[in-house]
Amino acid sequence: MAGSAVFRMRGVSKVYVMGEVEVHALRCVDLELYAGELVVLLGASGSGKSTLLNILGGLDTPTSGEVWYLDRNLSAVSDDELTRFRRDHVGFVFQFYNLIPSLTAEENVALVTEIAAEPMTAAEALRLVGLAERATHFPAQLSGGEQQRVAIARAIAKRPDVLLCDEPTGALDFATGKVVLEVLQEVNRTVGTTTVVITHNAAIGRMADRVIRISSGSITSVERNASRARPEELEW
Amino acid sequence: MKLATLDLKLARDLWRLRGHLLAVALVAACGTASWITMRGSYEALLAAQAAFYEQERFADVFAAAKRAPAGLVARVREIPGVAGAEHRVVFDVTLDVPGLREPATGRLVSIPEHDRATLNDVRVRSGRYIEPGARDEVLVSAAFADANGLKPGDALAAVINGRWQRLRVVGIAVSPEYVHAMAGVFPDDRRFGILWMGREALEAALDMKGAFNDLSVRLAPGASARTVIDRIDRLLAPFGGLGAYDRDQQPSHQFLRDEIEQDRVMGTVVPAIFALVAAFLVHNVLVRLIALQRAQIGLLKAFGYGPAAIAGHFAKLALAAVLAGCAAGIPLGVWLGHGLADLYREFFHFPALEFALSGTSLLGVVLFGAATALAGALGAVRRALALPPAESMRPPAPPVFRPLLAERLGLQDMLPPAVRMVFRDLERRPLRAMLSVLAVALGTALLVVGQYSLDAIDEIVRVVFRNMLREDVMVKLNEARELQVKNDLAALPGVLRVEPFRQIPVRLAHEHRERRVLIEALPPDGQLRRLLGRRLNPVAIPPDGLVLSAALADLLGARPGDALRVEVLEGARQVRHVPMVATVDEMFGLWAYMDLAAAARLLGETATANGARLAVDPRSLDSLYAQLKQMPAVAGVALREVSLEGFLDTIARNMLVTTVIMVAFACVIAAGVVYNGARIALSEHAVELASLRILGFTRGEVGAMLLAEQAIVTAAAIPLGCLIGYGLAAAVVAAFSGEVYRIPLVISPRTYLVSAAVVTAAAAVSGALVLYHLRRIDLVAVLKTRE
Repeated sequence: MAGSAVFRMRGVSKVYVMGEVEVHALRCVDLELYAGELVVLLGASGSGKSTLLNILGGLDTPTSGEVWYLDRNLSAVSDDELTRFRRDHVGFVFQFYNLIPSLTAEENVALVTEIAAEPMTAAEALRLVGLAERATHFPAQLSGGEQQRVAIARAIAKRPDVLLCDEPTGALDFATGKVVLEVLQEVNRTVGTTTVVITHNAAIGRMADRVIRISSGSITSVERNASRARPEELEW
Repeated sequence: MKLATLDLKLARDLWRLRGHLLAVALVAACGTASWITMRGSYEALLAAQAAFYEQERFADVFAAAKRAPAGLVARVREIPGVAGAEHRVVFDVTLDVPGLREPATGRLVSIPEHDRATLNDVRVRSGRYIEPGARDEVLVSAAFADANGLKPGDALAAVINGRWQRLRVVGIAVSPEYVHAMAGVFPDDRRFGILWMGREALEAALDMKGAFNDLSVRLAPGASARTVIDRIDRLLAPFGGLGAYDRDQQPSHQFLRDEIEQDRVMGTVVPAIFALVAAFLVHNVLVRLIALQRAQIGLLKAFGYGPAAIAGHFAKLALAAVLAGCAAGIPLGVWLGHGLADLYREFFHFPALEFALSGTSLLGVVLFGAATALAGALGAVRRALALPPAESMRPPAPPVFRPLLAERLGLQDMLPPAVRMVFRDLERRPLRAMLSVLAVALGTALLVVGQYSLDAIDEIVRVVFRNMLREDVMVKLNEARELQVKNDLAALPGVLRVEPFRQIPVRLAHEHRERRVLIEALPPDGQLRRLLGRRLNPVAIPPDGLVLSAALADLLGARPGDALRVEVLEGARQVRHVPMVATVDEMFGLWAYMDLAAAARLLGETATANGARLAVDPRSLDSLYAQLKQMPAVAGVALREVSLEGFLDTIARNMLVTTVIMVAFACVIAAGVVYNGARIALSEHAVELASLRILGFTRGEVGAMLLAEQAIVTAAAIPLGCLIGYGLAAAVVAAFSGEVYRIPLVISPRTYLVSAAVVTAAAAVSGALVLYHLRRIDLVAVLKTRE
């Protein structure tokens, strides 16, 4: 399944200075992400997995080391270029969905497709996440799982090169969480978007091509699954 | 003393919300300053007026006659209700003032030489009172002395009763009768002054020994002015009585009274506008704060803090912001008040006029501020109290949105999602949106009203000086003369055209209403004085009948076609009925006009003139002035361009100052409301906006979404504000237009444009400040936030 490397990290460190304390969120991380793969980034709270995701997504820059997206060095570009990068290449899914409450499901997706280069239609994106019939509902009229699926539709509608999901099931119950994971796997399989899911839930690792464990800012192991489990087979 | 923990929270909240609260405090500061300045000036004028009138015994009833025997005064004193009477000789003459090119008009007023006047006494400000027997000593009114740099010891020349006389200034004085002295319609302190002169000297100079032509009367408490006036009129009628009148028609008193009333009204309206806006801002800040601190409030309740403690906590926050504004506004108001008192001293001549901040005024503004804060806090605090503790510790239910009205009508495809987002936010809180619009509109309205006075001046100049009065020089003669005086005037140097006029004092009556006015009789083919209708269309003098200024017609309840009773107050004192033919719109005074020949028929004499308007070759002005100064027949000279300069110099300059202050205040409102609104929107939408940034929206795009709401509010507020401004200007016109003047209600496109531009600029600056805060949103933190 593994294609060419989309992302390459070389010696990436991130140090936050909080008052008189220095927090080493990442320590000299090397990592590659390949086209079309689904990676689960596993770590406990405070392990540095979110920092890693933020740096990959162009929300944050490393203190030292280099991050390459294809042939572009993300560690050496301006803030505006990072915005451009996010706009053109990255889809985000957040733990708390972060939908715009005053826009309907379809409009939440359309908001992003309007600024994308070659997007799918909002209706198509919603169909991919199984919410075509809920298009005109406002977030307040949707369940948590449905809201998260709208968020996924919003993230994939622009046909991003990489989909970054930060604890996408963190705010959901077991059954709903599995539905969301199914949607993510389905999108990865049909659209072929490189997908990174970060979670502290080890069971989710079974649905990935690769599981990367991170602890105290360092990658402790990288495992390749012989076959990806379907989300409905997962138990936690 | 250690702060209670809740107060420690209060202090930190205050610091954290300093941006929001600064907007509240600034608006409160402006409101306080306007209160202090205007109420203070109102109180200062009222106190100065009361004290001056009392100390120098300002009369209650005034009357003039041609020449009455001094013995008549004893009979006036016998009239029931008369507490005192004083007779004088009053006469206008032409003055030659050192350093003044044009002739000035001096009003000679007699004063007792041996003791002091029992009514309308003067207060000597510098120098001394006149000495008995000194024939050439005069006291000069302070306004005239200041404008011409006259000091005790200086000399003036006057033509009194045909004789050239040198007058020595021995003192500078003020009088309750001439707190504000005007010869014509505009103040011109350089060319019009009061000269108080010893009675014996003046009687001798004017051949008025044992006679008088001016009477002042003091009424006993509870006496009816109306009855006394009627009795005086009957006594004076055989002696050329011109009709008695009370303080309400005394020119200086009228002007002062109107100004005091204006201060009272403005001192109420302007602070009220600021209070409304401040209360609204307080409300917005607290509603947002309480939404953010929902869980904390629930926790406090769970710990056992009662409603009083929680209400008090938020009320203190509101009080702190508003009272901090008051504290800043008080010194600003005092400073502006002193400035306003300086301006007033140019207009109103009291022995002393000092701005003073009274304890009542100070206490009043603080209580008013506190009430404003509490009124603003009330609704928000009630929400905090209504929160059940357990529920408030959970996140709030998500807001409910509906499709827009436009969308329900099927127009959704016309609006992109970002626009729908903005409109739905506005629609979800329609009251807040409307109040925001209203608040910015009030700021805009203040701008319109503030500049309206400049428009009014422009209009007055255009109408009065460019269309109505077209002469270069107006000459008043000391008595009516045969029309051939025209030839004498035409022979003066540089005179190109002469148009004589005849002013006749009359009492006009219609049904039960009556009024003492002057009829001005004009030549039918006149060019130098135009009568103008409502749309500034020239109105021709009819060969018969009267033309009335619209205000006079209203006062008499007369309409064109009505016959008016005309009682001539001089000569043979004919009583005739004359039809009113038309009305003209005039901004100053109450006037009636008729044809010169018709006036002669009314008076039963050949046509006469007691004044003339001249068109003059500007190159000959100096020699003309020199001759006019020495002409015994000339009682006064008015120069159009010079009056215009004087008018613009004094009134316009003062109005400019007020306008600048109003504009600054209005900017604070507009900026405060927009800043406050945008900061609250930023706080409410921080998570959404940051999410959008993460999704790849640029700062500019997100900033535009944030500020779009404020832009819509501002855009909606500007036309509304222009309308409210027009309404306020109309109210100002209605409130302040009286017999003395009627302000034209004309607002120029420039005023509307400047108001719109200033409000837009103030809103833009506020928006830029908020964008700065938007830059500092931590995108990463938002990912972890649960709103």
